[in-house]
Amino acid sequence: MAEVMIDVQNLVKDYGTYVALREVSFNVQKGEVLGFLGPNGAGKTTTMRILTGYMPPSSGTARVAGYDVFADSMEVRKRIGYLPETVPLYPEMSVWDYLDFSARLRHVADSDNAIERAMELTNITDRADQLIGKLSKGYRQRVGLAQAIVHEPEVLILDEPTIGLDPKQIIEVRKLIKSLAGEHTVILSTHILPEVSQVCSRVLIINEGKIVAEDTPARLGERVRGAEHVFLQVAQAAPEIPTELEKVKGVLGVKATDAAPGAFEIETNLGSDRRADIAALAVQRGWGVLELRPVGLSLEEVFLKLTTTEEPQ
Amino acid sequence: MRNVWTIASRELNSFFVSPVAYVVSAAFLVITGVLFSLIVTSSMTASLSSTFSNITFILVLLAPALTMKLLAEEQRMGTLELLLTSPLHDWQVVVGKFLGSLILFAAMLLAPTLYYVVLLTVFGKPDYGPMLSSYLGVLLLGGAFLSIGVLTSSLTQNQVVAYIIGLVILILMWIADAMSQIVGGGAPGDALTYLAITQHYNNFLQGVINTPDLIYPLSVIVVSLFIATQVLQTRRWR
Repeated sequence: MAEVMIDVQNLVKDYGTYVALREVSFNVQKGEVLGFLGPNGAGKTTTMRILTGYMPPSSGTARVAGYDVFADSMEVRKRIGYLPETVPLYPEMSVWDYLDFSARLRHVADSDNAIERAMELTNITDRADQLIGKLSKGYRQRVGLAQAIVHEPEVLILDEPTIGLDPKQIIEVRKLIKSLAGEHTVILSTHILPEVSQVCSRVLIINEGKIVAEDTPARLGERVRGAEHVFLQVAQAAPEIPTELEKVKGVLGVKATDAAPGAFEIETNLGSDRRADIAALAVQRGWGVLELRPVGLSLEEVFLKLTTTEEPQ
Repeated sequence: MRNVWTIASRELNSFFVSPVAYVVSAAFLVITGVLFSLIVTSSMTASLSSTFSNITFILVLLAPALTMKLLAEEQRMGTLELLLTSPLHDWQVVVGKFLGSLILFAAMLLAPTLYYVVLLTVFGKPDYGPMLSSYLGVLLLGGAFLSIGVLTSSLTQNQVVAYIIGLVILILMWIADAMSQIVGGGAPGDALTYLAITQHYNNFLQGVINTPDLIYPLSVIVVSLFIATQVLQTRRWR
């Protein structure tokens, strides 16, 4: 039985003019990396701010390592490393001084070692004496990340950790987050979808203050599909192909795609693999199969499907 | 206390890399220096009290300049989110900021004026009692002014706004004495006299240390820092 590190129950945040969170509940196991996915204004930052003790919820409870974020705020804060959306940096300080300040705020015993370790992990050791105000966006982001891990917190909460980084740095930061998982429990928010499938063990899609889906990145794709899709490309694009294909058992629909002449997308019953039958038919008719593969919905499509619903009446 | 010192020492370090502290210190020393030389050469008395009695007005103008960025800048830069999610209480942030500015005030503004004491000792026979009480008085006066500056800095993200609100409050406290004379006797007049910061400060300059004169600036400090803490706390609810 894995240990529940973060337990959120019926969290509501009402700003008066609008409701940012409506009855959000979820939990995170120890060592897990949970991805928070959602459009801007969905409630990601609000949830993170409640977990870090920055603001109290309007109702509902949130517990980190068994401590209530409101009643035992100090205990929770000791266990959390937090990288807010706007990286909290003092431009007039050097990187080392800033991390030293962060370490002292968290009462780190051996701060010199802790700072060196955090700088190594985030790859900023060469900038230790540089003023933060002179650093590039990518370095600033990493200094912020170093600040969040300098006290080796049990829980890491990262609000858009890879924003503003170049592709190489993004890969480094993702690798870092992955390496932190296991010992640390991580919640990160993002709207970059491939990030979620690469880094997170579980995804939580949040929209308009509500959780609309919660699963592993792979299973999430399956769940929303509703039907299996097969891509077929043949050499001889005969006009009768769609009608022929529709006669195959289990095929729901056939659509010619723009990908190439002779390319079709075939929708079949959920949970049934009709590729063998389709191939047999194609071979029998001598269409010349060029390609036949299952199509999975990309996470982008899943995301759009979940967050752009029809307007309620 | 450790948390308070963490905040205060960071604040002190950041004061020394910004030009504001040097400009304020230089302005203070230039004005007091000119006043000191004029007053001493014309009165020919080995005393600081006339010079120090003019400090009130200088501090009305300069104290909010030292404190205007303390909390306003943290809010503007988003660093307040770091402080408010770190394991320390809101009051520790406020007191740490105040302490940082008070130490700066003592070290950069008051300490150099000890040079005047040296001059008076060399060229005359000053009475050290009133000097000591003058320094206590000006430290309390400065503390009260700085605490009001911390409070106004908590109200806004804009340093200029923080400065101006602080300036207005200090000017009102400074002229409360004159207003009490306009109002005349009775309860409102007495209240204004008690609120007038110069009344309490002048006693220190005469070498008199009364309990009410100690309580007044100390209560200004406590009340201002308390309200500033409340302001920070209400920010969390927004």
